[in-house]
Amino acid sequence: MEADSRLVLPLAALFTAFFVAPLVVLLLLSLHGDIAMQGWTLGNYVKFFSDPFSYSILIDTLLLGVKATLVCLLFGYPVAWLCASAGARWQSVLVFLVILPILTSVVVRTFSWIVILGRQGLLNQIVTGLGLSNEPLRLLYTEVGVVMVLAQVQMPLMVLPILTVLSKLDPNLGDASRVLGAGEWRTFFRITLPLSLPGIIAGCILTYAASITAFVTQTLIGGARLIYMPLNIYQQAVGANNWPFAAALSIIFMITVMIVVGVLGAIGRRSEIHGRA
Amino acid sequence: MTASRSHRVRLDAITHRFGASTAVRDINLDIAGGELVALLGPSGCGKSTLLRIISGFIRQSEGRVLFDDSIADALSPAERGVGIVFQNYALFPHMSVGENVAYGLQAHKWSRERIAKRVAEMLDLVHMGEFAGRKPRELSGGQQQRVALARCLAIDPKVLLLDEPFGALDKNLRLDMQIEVKRLQRQSGITTILVTHDQEEALSMADRIAVMSRGRIEQISTPTGIYDTPQTLFVNEFVGTTNVLRGEFIDGSAVQLEHGVVLPVSPDKIFQQGHAVVVSIRPEQLRFQPAPSDGVFTAIITTVLPLGAQVVYDVALTGGPSLKVAEPRDAEGELREVGATVYLAPASPAACHVFPAS
Repeated sequence: MEADSRLVLPLAALFTAFFVAPLVVLLLLSLHGDIAMQGWTLGNYVKFFSDPFSYSILIDTLLLGVKATLVCLLFGYPVAWLCASAGARWQSVLVFLVILPILTSVVVRTFSWIVILGRQGLLNQIVTGLGLSNEPLRLLYTEVGVVMVLAQVQMPLMVLPILTVLSKLDPNLGDASRVLGAGEWRTFFRITLPLSLPGIIAGCILTYAASITAFVTQTLIGGARLIYMPLNIYQQAVGANNWPFAAALSIIFMITVMIVVGVLGAIGRRSEIHGRA
Repeated sequence: MTASRSHRVRLDAITHRFGASTAVRDINLDIAGGELVALLGPSGCGKSTLLRIISGFIRQSEGRVLFDDSIADALSPAERGVGIVFQNYALFPHMSVGENVAYGLQAHKWSRERIAKRVAEMLDLVHMGEFAGRKPRELSGGQQQRVALARCLAIDPKVLLLDEPFGALDKNLRLDMQIEVKRLQRQSGITTILVTHDQEEALSMADRIAVMSRGRIEQISTPTGIYDTPQTLFVNEFVGTTNVLRGEFIDGSAVQLEHGVVLPVSPDKIFQQGHAVVVSIRPEQLRFQPAPSDGVFTAIITTVLPLGAQVVYDVALTGGPSLKVAEPRDAEGELREVGATVYLAPASPAACHVFPAS
């Protein structure tokens, strides 16, 4: 068994060098007043929590994740359900369509959204063309736009876990429910939905974590006036050259995300225990 | 339990196709109120498709399903009032036993008090009263099946459909549950259709058995009728064990077997002289004879299987195939020995079933 445990050493070394060590450096950096790292201080953290603007950015970011995740769930669940109930051939076509966004470069994908959402964009041409609105809708550089794009971009992360759970569901359970006199709605809300909860939670964790850290999408679609944590950290580090404060922001952001993901994960484990046959 | 009225189910010329393949073909079956009918056949014979047609999950391509003389074709499973116990029980894993049983009653908009009373009543009926708070995964296979039965009977269905319900249980438990289900069925007088590939299950539980093969019903009869007077070679071979010997029809009273013996028979059906036939004799219908004579096989014992109440011998006919012979075991008597030469003859000409050779 000794030989076996030594096999993890290369990976452990890689993790230590490129993951643990940078985190430690980040933590140490956040506890100093300046980049020279002289004298210990909690000043960066005090600054963050005493500055309403700083923590409103954190709250905005966490809420952005919630909104994007909810939209993703709302659109993703029916897609996953459709994939799960389609025949084998259609299922592979649908799944391919779902993962297509992952296969395109994030920059290309985001710029195509700019083309769609802009004042003269595709969406506004349709809306004004159909006479639904006289004014072009403001979508680009608004949170609505960011949420829309995040939801689309992260969709595979929501659909795939739900699809996995749904396709493992025993089809007899639905039949049993219908035979007992339940309609389609009751069958969905009492049987299908509760039993797909583990997939929903997994999908939410993934989309949430991906949405709040999506620097490119947030920045290009949100523009300079909508500031979320990734852009904030970037501006502090590169713009203001305040590396210690940027490090503190990173640590705070990481811990809050870990708490949110941890809570979701705990709910997920509970629902999995309930759902297991 | 409320005495459920017994309902008649009739299948009138049911045919069903999946694409180009025909799953069931021209099925006619009349099930009387309170009767327990088994659909017996190997996997792929169409019995499960037929069950799904009766329950209303599949709409048949042709023919009609009648419940109490009214056509049920357009009705959903719930509107037909069928109750199904699935092969894997299909209990809702996230609900307790009590919630599982209450589910159908809630869907039927019963009041809270009536549901509580009914659930307790149904769980007592299947001896699961003390398990109401448990989750299905905390129960054994037999207990899960009891809950599935209680859940299904709670809504007082017109017809009970059992889809291979005992397949997942071990042998001893299976027998207990078969007796239990039979008791419940008798007690409630509910018309029941049992789908199974297990001949013993069909023979022990059913009032009548419909043996199915390749989408058709080969024979419908009582268990003893199926066993004693099979109408086709398929039924004969599928239900119970049998020895099949090839030969030629001589006349209404004898068959010339391939390896020499002329066997006296009394077939229901007369074939032309020289027609190729097979003769089927069940192992327990072969009798050891003291000496060789006309119509008697000479054979050598190759294997002895003492199976408790009876002994099964594998014997090799001289210059021919091997046969299985079953003999009740005499506690005092000695077993016959491997290598011994024995003489065998059918118990009677009626014990030899003659079918056309395929």
